Amino acid sequence: MITFNLNRKKVEVDVEPETPLLWVLREQLDCTGTKYGCGIGMCGACTVILDGEATRSCLMPIGVVNGKNVETIEGLEQDGRLSKIQQAWIKNQVPQCGYCQSGMVMATTALIRRSPNPTDAEIEAAITNICRCGTFQQVRLAIHSITKA
Amino acid sequence: MNTKFNPLRRKFIIQSAAVGAGMAIGFDLSVLAGTPDDPNAPLSTPEIGVWVVVKPNDDVVVRIVKSEMGQGTITGLCQLVAEELECDWKKISYEYPTPGESRQRKQVWGSFSTGGSRGIRQSEQYVRKGGAAARMMLIQAAANQWGVPPNECVALNSVITHKPTGRKTTYGKVAEAASKLPVPTGVALKDPKDWKLIGKSIARIDDTAGKVTGKQVYGIDLKLPGMLVATINECPVFGGKVKSFDATQAMQVKGVKKVVSVGGTAVAVIADTFWHAKTGMEKVMIDWDYGPNVNVTSTSIKEVLEEGLTAADAFTRNQKGDIRQAISQSASTLESTYFYPFLNHATLEPMNATALWTPDKCETWVPTQNAENSINAVIKASGLPPEKCDVNKINIGGGFGRRGSHQDYTTQAVLIAKQMPGTPIKLIWTREEDMTQGRYHPVMMGKLTGAFDAKKNLLGVHMRLSGQSILAATSPSTLKSNNGLDPEVFQGLDPEGQHAFTYDFPNLLIDHAMRNTHVPPGFWRGVNINQNGIFLETFVDEMAEYVGKDPLEFRLQYLSKHPGAVGVLKAVANGIGWSKPPRTGVCRGLAQMRSYGSYAAAACELSVENGTDVKIHRFVAAIDPGYAVNPAQIERQTSGSFVFGLSALFEEEITIEGGRVQQKNYNDFNSIRLKQMPHVETIILQSGGKEWGGVGEPTIAVGAPAVLNAFYKATGKRIRTIPLKNSGISLV
Repeated sequence: MITFNLNRKKVEVDVEPETPLLWVLREQLDCTGTKYGCGIGMCGACTVILDGEATRSCLMPIGVVNGKNVETIEGLEQDGRLSKIQQAWIKNQVPQCGYCQSGMVMATTALIRRSPNPTDAEIEAAITNICRCGTFQQVRLAIHSITKA
Repeated sequence: MNTKFNPLRRKFIIQSAAVGAGMAIGFDLSVLAGTPDDPNAPLSTPEIGVWVVVKPNDDVVVRIVKSEMGQGTITGLCQLVAEELECDWKKISYEYPTPGESRQRKQVWGSFSTGGSRGIRQSEQYVRKGGAAARMMLIQAAANQWGVPPNECVALNSVITHKPTGRKTTYGKVAEAASKLPVPTGVALKDPKDWKLIGKSIARIDDTAGKVTGKQVYGIDLKLPGMLVATINECPVFGGKVKSFDATQAMQVKGVKKVVSVGGTAVAVIADTFWHAKTGMEKVMIDWDYGPNVNVTSTSIKEVLEEGLTAADAFTRNQKGDIRQAISQSASTLESTYFYPFLNHATLEPMNATALWTPDKCETWVPTQNAENSINAVIKASGLPPEKCDVNKINIGGGFGRRGSHQDYTTQAVLIAKQMPGTPIKLIWTREEDMTQGRYHPVMMGKLTGAFDAKKNLLGVHMRLSGQSILAATSPSTLKSNNGLDPEVFQGLDPEGQHAFTYDFPNLLIDHAMRNTHVPPGFWRGVNINQNGIFLETFVDEMAEYVGKDPLEFRLQYLSKHPGAVGVLKAVANGIGWSKPPRTGVCRGLAQMRSYGSYAAAACELSVENGTDVKIHRFVAAIDPGYAVNPAQIERQTSGSFVFGLSALFEEEITIEGGRVQQKNYNDFNSIRLKQMPHVETIILQSGGKEWGGVGEPTIAVGAPAVLNAFYKATGKRIRTIPLKNSGISLV
């Protein structure tokens, strides 16, 4: 049995310890907001926050997550309010198909917590997610709208 | 008309809602239909005409068959309906009728096909008329109740007013009565100058909040009661098949339920979870019969294409004067040869589909750009009569042409589900399967020859294309009706029409030596304008330099028959500041092309370090689609198209070795990232007129050649083989 905190709640799962966190979230815990894109840590669609760090969950064996804190896109909303990043995403109409956006929002969340007023270079280093629709221009605008407000 | 719509789906949702809290996300109606709805609502809601449903509380549901996949089509189409309906925009939502319902009702909503930048332009007439007809019916119903002539009544924001008496009612109150009235014909549409919603950058009405909270359910996220998950390996060599397979080890993997043959060319593993299915799949020992294509390589394919560049026989599409005579009498010629590779769509959500097969019914949930193609695949694979089959459209994680004509993944899901009757099966491809079983942008070469007299006046141009035809694989009947020619190869190069070649050269010949391969081709965002734009627009720059003219001036000299092309080209030239020199170290390029009924142009500024590291500083793009329904969506489509096109220009290539695709994942089929993407300023021109142009694709033709032209300015090097990574060049 593996135990960890998911979005501030303790959860227990009975799966093989090598199972990637991504598939535990999606298939055992009904957190399908975290997406599968590549399975090799390239695309960032599966980004979650693990003990404060943006982490690609497709490469993270669940055994390693034991006892840690995991935050997914489903955990950003608090008391019925979307996070300021989610709100900025809506205001700037960032998503097109939307499939990569959970990962984008999680990567941005980790960045802004670490560096509330990131430089362009910091943004470019932190947001390495693939978006095939090409929403990067809106992503940049949305991040700037939070940090320069 | 009082029609029960989607009873299958509604019944299904109501049943499923009882399953448990974990199902609530999966079975909110918004998941399957895109509209918040009350599952306890009566099963029948009156349609007014076929496009519009008005509920007693004045909520308006627009019924649309085009697919939303992020491009904004649904929002645009609802703007068109609402403009004529005069309803309160805040109360509008949409839902998808199924192709099964469409079949039963003789395709009342038109084509489901969502591709070719046709979403708006193909539907604008019938959805606007549908909105206007519904408004007339609602007014008529109110007038009947009041016993007054309808022309004394006006509608605004879902409220109908009888002008002489000031009596008012709402759409919701008369909807039931309106739905029973005959649908008027000969409906007049508003003058564009009176538009209030069309032309406004209204926020999208598909579920943006759901996309940033993880609540939007894509095909890959669907969960049904009792569902199992499958993954698949198709023969890696196209045209091969399964000789035999040994599932002994796979069956020992926890959760694996069954290993099945799929259509004789693939093996699938069915398990309780995707992870178990994937783990099991890796343990299936498959003995393949690779078939006749096992020795094909990228090199052998290129040799065939190179032969086509000078072959005597080719399909002629666009001809003016006598280019051969012009070349033979010329004082000099300029000749360049280009290569454009196979490309995969690599949608971020890999291919998937869910099917529930019983001997009586086959129901499917498919992320699809064309649910009519999906249902045809379901009917064929299920072995059931058409009326026993249906497709529920589900949200799509990227389409770009992969999920329209090509329904291979839907067929597979049904063939697997058929081997487990009564159990819903969700088939999910691994990324590796998705990369190696694509429907690839066709491989193409081009040879362009310009002929000049002694004073370097241009006498004419011959553009020879040599490479693969998509329609030869997907629509042989189209080729047959064109005497073997594939008209789509000539997108942007046609004598006239939506894909007209815009330059008026003294002599011209554009022809195609069709050289098909065993690699299955597909429609990839922009389709053939990707390579046609690069070949033509970099060669035009080469010719301009050869005759000693400025690239803008040279182009304008030959564009007099296409004022639309002049308009977009001048717009980007102004935007980039073409008349003044760029700052030191920065170089500019531009390009233009007409396609999908729109004119597009781009200009860029870039600098190059070490001769190889390209930094694009900015783009100015211009598009003239005739009418701009939602300018903000057009801007997003434009900058997005550049991301897709520049990924291909710099990074992407599918290569073939041993008859199969060598690339496996995004590590060897890379996509550009935020850091590499410059700001794109989009200028939208609206020349009006009868024709509505497309938006999703036209600009993809002009970004890449603008960059190549600027790269030449910066380095003196003309790169004619795509992608640029093969020349050691990268986008930084």
